[in-house]
Amino acid sequence: MKRFTLFNATSLTLGFAFLYVPILILIVYSFNSSRLVTVWAGFSTKWYGTLFNNEQFLDAALVTLKVGLASSCIATVLGTIAALVMVRGGKFKGRTLFSGMIYAPLVMPEVITGLSLLLLFIAIGIDRGVLTIVLAHATFSMCYVSVVVSSRLVSFDESLEEAALDLGCTPFDAFKSVTLPIIAPAVISGWLLAFTLSLDDLVIASFTTGPSATTLPIKIYSAVRLGVSPEINALSTLLIGAVTIGVVAASLATKRAAVHRKRQEEMARQAEG
Amino acid sequence: MRRALVISIPYLWLIALFLIPFGIVLKISLSDPQVSIPPYTPHFDLSAGWAGIKDFFSKLDFENFIWLTEDDLYWKAYLSSLRIAFISTILTLMVGFPIAYSMAQAPTEWQPTLMMLIILPFWTSFLIRVYAWMGILSSEGFLNQFLMWTGLISAPLQIINTDWAVFIAIVYTYLPFMVLPIYATLEKLDPSYTEAALDLGCTRSQAFWSVTIPLSKSGVIAGCFLVFIPVVGEFVIPSLLGGSKTLMIGKVLWDEFFSNRDWPVASAVAVVLLLILIIPIVLFQKQQERAQEADT
Repeated sequence: MKRFTLFNATSLTLGFAFLYVPILILIVYSFNSSRLVTVWAGFSTKWYGTLFNNEQFLDAALVTLKVGLASSCIATVLGTIAALVMVRGGKFKGRTLFSGMIYAPLVMPEVITGLSLLLLFIAIGIDRGVLTIVLAHATFSMCYVSVVVSSRLVSFDESLEEAALDLGCTPFDAFKSVTLPIIAPAVISGWLLAFTLSLDDLVIASFTTGPSATTLPIKIYSAVRLGVSPEINALSTLLIGAVTIGVVAASLATKRAAVHRKRQEEMARQAEG
Repeated sequence: MRRALVISIPYLWLIALFLIPFGIVLKISLSDPQVSIPPYTPHFDLSAGWAGIKDFFSKLDFENFIWLTEDDLYWKAYLSSLRIAFISTILTLMVGFPIAYSMAQAPTEWQPTLMMLIILPFWTSFLIRVYAWMGILSSEGFLNQFLMWTGLISAPLQIINTDWAVFIAIVYTYLPFMVLPIYATLEKLDPSYTEAALDLGCTRSQAFWSVTIPLSKSGVIAGCFLVFIPVVGEFVIPSLLGGSKTLMIGKVLWDEFFSNRDWPVASAVAVVLLLILIIPIVLFQKQQERAQEADT
């Protein structure tokens, strides 16, 4: 029996207040006209103006976007394959090692991952910059993609794909026209996750970058170490806004797709009857 | 044949970019620091043939590890990281469990929205969420302003640059990792178990403690691992909110590498950290595999 008690209502209210009030304060004070971030002195958007004139931030934002797009696409392809291997691969030599390499990066402290990748890049002598950050980000985000996609694959009815094979599809065709459309929502959320993980990352990027590439988190961190500043509040507000719009839009889109699919299934059933 | 090819793509990628790098860290942790580029010795020199390899291995030693045991800084930092991670995992569980439980109790039509509200902050930059607390916890920050306004305190409390600031920020940033797995197990829980307990004469709280809590164990364990393991090596939070007394090994490693440029010692710090975490990581992996098998 489900019963939504006063205790439940209170814990949800307090919990969500704890999660959202700090972010709201941050956003409100990005519109403060004073340089002091704890004293309100009137509404102003001047910090957004100074932000857009700051070329260092704009350059860093561009590098971050490039890294994010490239690494999330690589991670999505590799992670989806890894999920297929984990769920469908059956038994093969080194399966335990494989699953270990998929789960370990999810909890591995970033300082270890960052340091070890940097030492690898130095040992093989690649110039550090955008390419090395992309490789590093693709490696840890593919594990997240793989976990998201496997949770979808686990509940997937394999007989659908077998039917396609019986009807004469090649395994690749069967994957492309049966399996992929069904796991697509998970693949898309995996991509989104990989993309935001890459945009967020400070520690691994700091280790694996060279003097030629500075990402936004590296720039923010070096500014923030000196203390709180309204420009950083403005920049944070823009980033929070972009992420919120992206996530809400993506979830509405998947919801609509689910409703659409359900309707089609019903129509198909009625046509049969 | 084709199957082997498909398996080998992600496999080789992870071996090249996850496993081999650890081998290199291990090797450098056994090397000596040197003022050169790269700043350590010996280097692997295949051109010298077998003699070169023998020479290479003979120069490796455990000096850096002995150094870690001799200087207090390191073992104190390891112990303090474990302590901070342990306390903050318990705190996150205490804050996260009521939220997850209440989400599962909420009307079904609210649940997607509640899920979304828990996940949304997790998509927002970690760095920004830590930064948000810098303005709140500082001595003229909002928390102190608020507490002084209510009259609870008369002078500002020193919160920023103490362990407390670190605990608050860890609970805040890692909360979704605790709430989501617990919610996932509670949501699957069949409500008729609780009903049966009530029918058999349990009070509501007895039913909660002897039915709901034990059945949510797997979610609680997963949540604790997801918080504890990464927090042990946390860098951003202690570096922005912690004080000079907040010792955490992630920060020590960072300083050793970027400020002191002592790569061999930084590598040795990483190797020991990994040895400490290997047991929880293996337990976490086993638990995840069991959970996945239970779903199929």
